[in-house]
Amino acid sequence: MAAPEPDDARGGRMSRRGLLLGGAAGLGAAGIGAAGATAAHRLVGGADPAPGSESAPPHGGRTVPFHGRRQAGVETPPQAHATFVALDLNEDADADAVRRLMVILSDNAARLTQGAPSLTDTEPELAEVPARLTTTFGFGRGLVERVDPDAVPEWLGPLPKFDRDDLRPEWGGGDLLVQVCADDPVTVSHAVRMMVRDARPFGRPRWSQSGFRRSYGSQPDGTTMRNLMGQVDGTVNPKPGTEDFDHLVWGGNGPDWMAGGTSVVLRRIATDLDTWDEIDRPAREAVVGRRLDNGAPLTGENEHDEVDLAATGPDGLTVIPSFAHVRRARTGDPDERIFRRGYNYDLRDGTGGEAGLLFASYQADPLRQFVPIQRRLDELDLLNEWVTAVGSAVFAVPPGCEEGGYVGATLLEG
Amino acid sequence: MHQRTTRSATAAALFALALSACGGSGEQEDNPAEEVAADATAADGFEITDPWIKAVTQDEGMTGVFGEITNSSQSELTVVAAEADGADMVQLHEGTLEGADASMSEMEGGFVVPAGGSYPLEPGGDHIMLMELTRDLAAGDELTVTVEFEDGSTTTFDAAIRPYTGANEDYGDMEGDGTGDMEDMDEGHGDGSGTGEDGGGSDDGYGDE
Repeated sequence: MAAPEPDDARGGRMSRRGLLLGGAAGLGAAGIGAAGATAAHRLVGGADPAPGSESAPPHGGRTVPFHGRRQAGVETPPQAHATFVALDLNEDADADAVRRLMVILSDNAARLTQGAPSLTDTEPELAEVPARLTTTFGFGRGLVERVDPDAVPEWLGPLPKFDRDDLRPEWGGGDLLVQVCADDPVTVSHAVRMMVRDARPFGRPRWSQSGFRRSYGSQPDGTTMRNLMGQVDGTVNPKPGTEDFDHLVWGGNGPDWMAGGTSVVLRRIATDLDTWDEIDRPAREAVVGRRLDNGAPLTGENEHDEVDLAATGPDGLTVIPSFAHVRRARTGDPDERIFRRGYNYDLRDGTGGEAGLLFASYQADPLRQFVPIQRRLDELDLLNEWVTAVGSAVFAVPPGCEEGGYVGATLLEG
Repeated sequence: MHQRTTRSATAAALFALALSACGGSGEQEDNPAEEVAADATAADGFEITDPWIKAVTQDEGMTGVFGEITNSSQSELTVVAAEADGADMVQLHEGTLEGADASMSEMEGGFVVPAGGSYPLEPGGDHIMLMELTRDLAAGDELTVTVEFEDGSTTTFDAAIRPYTGANEDYGDMEGDGTGDMEDMDEGHGDGSGTGEDGGGSDDGYGDE
């Protein structure tokens, strides 16, 4: 079925799955809380398919609204595939050029996310499967400076240096981020192509990073992802739709044009899977402080059991070791938390190449939230033996736009 | 898209009456049927969906207007002419394919849109040709295009200007050929990297200052 089916298909499918999983309890098991919260919202409006009806329509017809107060692709339950593309603006691109660029890209997004071809789409058939496509735009420091140097949020720019980082310039920086996510990799590819192609008069790609999770439908919605080290990754994550989430992600005190926006830190974390192979299972669990089978803390039984950092074992030592990732990733300040929405990448080809995690972190203020956590991990985290940040970039994610508008209008016309 | 319709003074007066009678909140299309029947023009039935124009610099000299024309009226309509700010010459063109090479020529008789039917304007096919440009048409901006119909009525629409590397027709032996613009249109739109250092970012065809 070519035509997108915004709500019926999604609502129906979610409903049935919700029932199968025991409703909210099942969905609540989501470490990436987005799936639970958003699915619950959709349950309200969706119609249940008649009992015994034919199987659900293809998921490729599902859509996520593009227009709204906030950009999609942050709270949206993570799709299976993602590409993050950073563009560098041409030297002569001024504020008016940025405006025109964002008009074009927003129009593309409005159409493509709803399963319609872009205005000048040369492969319109590839646009017929939206598969929950979202495109999320982020502004680098260079773009905002070019439009209005006084409008740059103080946190917008490279993160402070961390000793453990081994950053490569080819995975950092960029004036404009286009984050494209969908449950179908062809959809992602086409949307990225339309965006990059139409941006060509204004700038050129600086880097492009693609990642994946489990394919759509292979696991119950809301299952916390696993990274390529086999770890359940992302159990502790604020839940979209909660006050906690709004405060941590959308609650920035930045310039007016960022009201309703957030920030994204994209860290490319290379993983040395070959040396990880040398570590046996008990040691692997100690490194993180969680069980590998279900992600439960070593002091608990289930994934979402609270971590007990004080609990001691028969030997008198803490069950969660001093060097364990879960211990080090907690600062004790409830404001020093972030929302993560990561994707695996694997570019190994038998002769070399790299695998790892595209760690996409969303927070109101990276300096206030991301940096303190990363400082602690930089100082001590046994996981550092196998993981190294090789790329790092920070973008301001402006608020969304209404129909007929464009992302960035608050900056460009504010 | 935004559309305005120009009508006869009589029709306009009738509309004004009709609008004031119903509180002034109605669209022109809400006008009582008999008045439409009495004064209907081709412009009344004309609509164009997703109109767009290929971005070009003034130096490139010409470009095309595309979109899907629909005719919601009970009778055939014919687009006989068009004009647009920024183009000193505008023609209606038809595209034909010879092998893999599209060529184009001025259309005899205009675009005939059947009653209740549609008429696509697309790269490689029929289109409105803007020529003798007086300024750059920058990607991301809009341009107002006026079309005229056989009965003399006119209407306007705003077309989105977009980057596009297709629509590079072979213009054969048409007038204006001597400027060398043809080759530019065939070669100059890639990624801008083939134009050499003097090309830079502003020579890739989209009017960035």
